[in-house]
Amino acid sequence: MEEFRYIDGVATLELNEDLCVGCGICETVCPHNVFAMGRSKVRIVDQDGCMECGACANNCPVSAIGVTPGVGCATYVIKKWWMDLLGKEGPITCC
Amino acid sequence: MLDTRGVNVWCASAHQTFGTAELLQRIEKSDLGKVVSHRQLIVPQLGASGVDAQAIKSSSDFEVIWGPLRAGDIPQFLVNSNKADPAMRKLTFAMAERLVLAPVELAMAIKPTLLILAVMLVVSGLGPGGFSLGGGWSRWLFFATSFLIGLLSGVVLVPALLPWLPFRAFYLKGILVGVPVAGAVIFWFGSSFWPEVVAQVLICLTASSYLAMNFTGATPYVSPSGVEKEMRCAIPVQIVMTLVAVVLWVANPFLR
Repeated sequence: MEEFRYIDGVATLELNEDLCVGCGICETVCPHNVFAMGRSKVRIVDQDGCMECGACANNCPVSAIGVTPGVGCATYVIKKWWMDLLGKEGPITCC
Repeated sequence: MLDTRGVNVWCASAHQTFGTAELLQRIEKSDLGKVVSHRQLIVPQLGASGVDAQAIKSSSDFEVIWGPLRAGDIPQFLVNSNKADPAMRKLTFAMAERLVLAPVELAMAIKPTLLILAVMLVVSGLGPGGFSLGGGWSRWLFFATSFLIGLLSGVVLVPALLPWLPFRAFYLKGILVGVPVAGAVIFWFGSSFWPEVVAQVLICLTASSYLAMNFTGATPYVSPSGVEKEMRCAIPVQIVMTLVAVVLWVANPFLR
């Protein structure tokens, strides 16, 4: 996966190091090696490698991680923009 | 067994058909606690987007163990006493994995493509002498070829060449790959009338760019925030390209 890099400086991943208890679960579930365990806490080592899948935030036992996961699908985004433009709300169906 | 309706675990976990609530429901419905004496559940690693291990443990007493990425590695994972080696946790996006997604993208493009081709069949017949279906036939053929080749460029060529294409944004990769492809179509039809050539090139590039941009949702490394940022540039560019192409295309017979 090293040869695949996407747009830098956009990932919404945030880690609150004060809350981190060093369990390492985020490092295990992350599919892109974004985290690395330090001596007692985890650090983000590749912020731009984050694809915002939300696995880390979903499984952090102390809610030290925040991310805004979504669906990285252009058709979905277009439908969402279209509904926002029309002022509509509701579920957006995609594939 | 948790039914994700044919969708892979990763997408299903993001769409909550493979989530905490569904898993808890399945554990209860199947009476798993009575079927097995142990209290360990190996869940595919990519299910972590939807499955909260702590919630599973506190609600069902089952401890979630994050299994390998690929089902084929499960036997070795079990032999390793439920430990994953680095290869089991390494995500790949090889050529075959990229191209296997093309049929789905093509299937989803069928309806809009047929609609566009039908509309352009009528538009192609418009000329100085009024409407003529026969007269517009070769024009339509030129359009259809540019459009379909552009579509294939975005759906097949961009994914195939992905590791070697410059630009981070997919819509730009689509335009880049579309250039030689559009050139080939122009050469094949032998046109040198500039409004027609420009229109055809833009049609091909726009189709390629849009389909390439759509491929972002099928990749395992693109962030939704990045896609939205890319689209804030890509959509206006594609709209302008389409408008210019359509205007030139319609005006073409009147300009000769």
